[in-house]
Amino acid sequence: MLETRKANGEVITGNVKLIHAAGMHARPAVKLTKLAKKFQAQISVRASATAEWINAKSVSKIMTLRAARDSIMEFKASGEDAEAAVAALVDLIAADFPDTDP
Amino acid sequence: MNMPPDIAGQAYKGRTASIGFAHGPFVRVEAAATDGRAVGTPPDEEHALRAALASAGRQVAALAEAAGGEAAQILEFQVALLEDEEFLEPTFAAIRDGTSADAAWTSALAEQIADYNSAVDEYLQARSSDLADLRDRVLRTLRGGDSETLKIPGGAVICADDLPPSRFLEIDWSDGGGLALLRGSPASHVAMLARARGIPMVVQLGAVSTGAASAILDGEGATLELDPSSERVGLFERRRELHRKNRASARAILRRPAASWKGEKIRLLINIQQVQDINHSDAQYADGIGLMRTEFLLAEKAELPDEDTQYAAYDTVLRWAGNRTVTIRTFDAGGDKPVSGFTEDGEANPFLGVRGLRLCLRHSEIFSVQLRALARAAVRGNLKVMFPMVTTPDELEAGRALFVEAVGRLQSQGIDAVLPPLGIMVEVPAAALTIDRFKAAFFSIGSNDLAQYVTACDRSNGALAALIDPLHPAVLDLIGRVVEFGTRSGVAVSLCGDMAGDPRCVPALLSQGLRELSINPSALAHIKRTIDELGREGRRE
Repeated sequence: MLETRKANGEVITGNVKLIHAAGMHARPAVKLTKLAKKFQAQISVRASATAEWINAKSVSKIMTLRAARDSIMEFKASGEDAEAAVAALVDLIAADFPDTDP
Repeated sequence: MNMPPDIAGQAYKGRTASIGFAHGPFVRVEAAATDGRAVGTPPDEEHALRAALASAGRQVAALAEAAGGEAAQILEFQVALLEDEEFLEPTFAAIRDGTSADAAWTSALAEQIADYNSAVDEYLQARSSDLADLRDRVLRTLRGGDSETLKIPGGAVICADDLPPSRFLEIDWSDGGGLALLRGSPASHVAMLARARGIPMVVQLGAVSTGAASAILDGEGATLELDPSSERVGLFERRRELHRKNRASARAILRRPAASWKGEKIRLLINIQQVQDINHSDAQYADGIGLMRTEFLLAEKAELPDEDTQYAAYDTVLRWAGNRTVTIRTFDAGGDKPVSGFTEDGEANPFLGVRGLRLCLRHSEIFSVQLRALARAAVRGNLKVMFPMVTTPDELEAGRALFVEAVGRLQSQGIDAVLPPLGIMVEVPAAALTIDRFKAAFFSIGSNDLAQYVTACDRSNGALAALIDPLHPAVLDLIGRVVEFGTRSGVAVSLCGDMAGDPRCVPALLSQGLRELSINPSALAHIKRTIDELGREGRRE
């Protein structure tokens, strides 16, 4: 469910399943962008492998993902703190919006 | 709908959202003013918009800070949008191409709003009103005067199509006034705020003439009259005075011993939505708390509340109540109360969906935290716990099993805990019809949902207001069955819906055998007096 790996030099990627029951709605989107903005790195996100990458620091873009529950959220980041950024965002989704189904 | 012309020149009837009376200048608030502003060069325009955005951001942040809780969360999304460069970029691009700041902003927002409106998801659709609120705030700021609301005179009757919570919060209500909405709903956020502030509010007035100097708003009769004659004002003042006197004499009754009817004591308890409600001046006169809702815990923060936060809330209320009983209802999310991260999304029919106990049983981790907090609180006072939206005895037993398990775990950890008496809300007709199958310590009839399900009327649908009558014989019959079974088997039965606080319904409830009613603290005085008067009439017969 949660993995981060360092790929081709400076670009860090990670993905995590969106287990938040309500999907990527306003409240989680605000939290996600607030966290992303704490990092210098350029961070992109998409909610399916074929979709366009969007800026993870833009709450309006995150809302346009219309990411439903069980979507795989993919991150890629470049920059000095890219690794920490991806790890933190993956953690946020995995831990802060937990799916509570048994 | 218009009232017959013989009643007054311009009179309109709507639905009551908050009771009270207002007479003052009539102010029509438009979604956005259209008066032009001087347009500068592109750099000027960009600068003007930047300043307006920054000012709007400060306004929204200040409102969020002052409002706190749920209102703050609603506004946080707007703050995030104002800080979102990608969101703002199309507007600035248009300005650089020579469009004025207000036109660029309006057109960029129109596109976004249309996008949200086209969403299949109802939740996303509802976000379009947040964007409209933000659009209008920035436009008002941009067009001079930090806020249009500064021009609203004190004590005015404010008329709008609908009003977002942020606008309500920034209006100065200190001189009174009232709110008349052409659309809107008594269940809206604004209606909740109006009731909390004691501001009269009438919704669903339909089309209202825009030009009038003064208005009277009667939140009790749900009427709005424009430019009333002195005769109409006189009548209105008499109604207002009668209402005031009724309230004053009812309050005097509060201090007297418990209400009684035909020689039987009628217990009057209160419903509370959040801990602060125990501070209501009349709450001290209640015989206990018949319904403490716990959904406020889900709305306060982005995260679901932890055990200690919940325990602190329950403990505060139990300490306040002393020896009196406190009935806490477990989370009743879902239906018209969505909670991000908890409730189901995209249900076609949320009122018939995974809500109340159904939802809690599917999310046993969340539910167990609440049950642990309740089991700990149970040792601190006279606590009873009830489950909402129960359909079958199996659900009650599944909830009980989780509760027993939570108590066992706490005790094995050496933490003081006990299983409180467990009851159910009776709001599903299936439960009411088979009430003898439930092994509950008490029953609490939720008449709002019961009436909604029995009459097959969505209670948030204004068009069905007349049909969703809690006094429908079918609803009364089900209430009677539950009371009858309770009396026969020695299980306490109370009723905690809106009908308990409605003087029109009280005689029927007492006739059905109910001896325990749970109502809003503000209705306590009125209902106590209603019962008193019914008792006196009974003696005269």
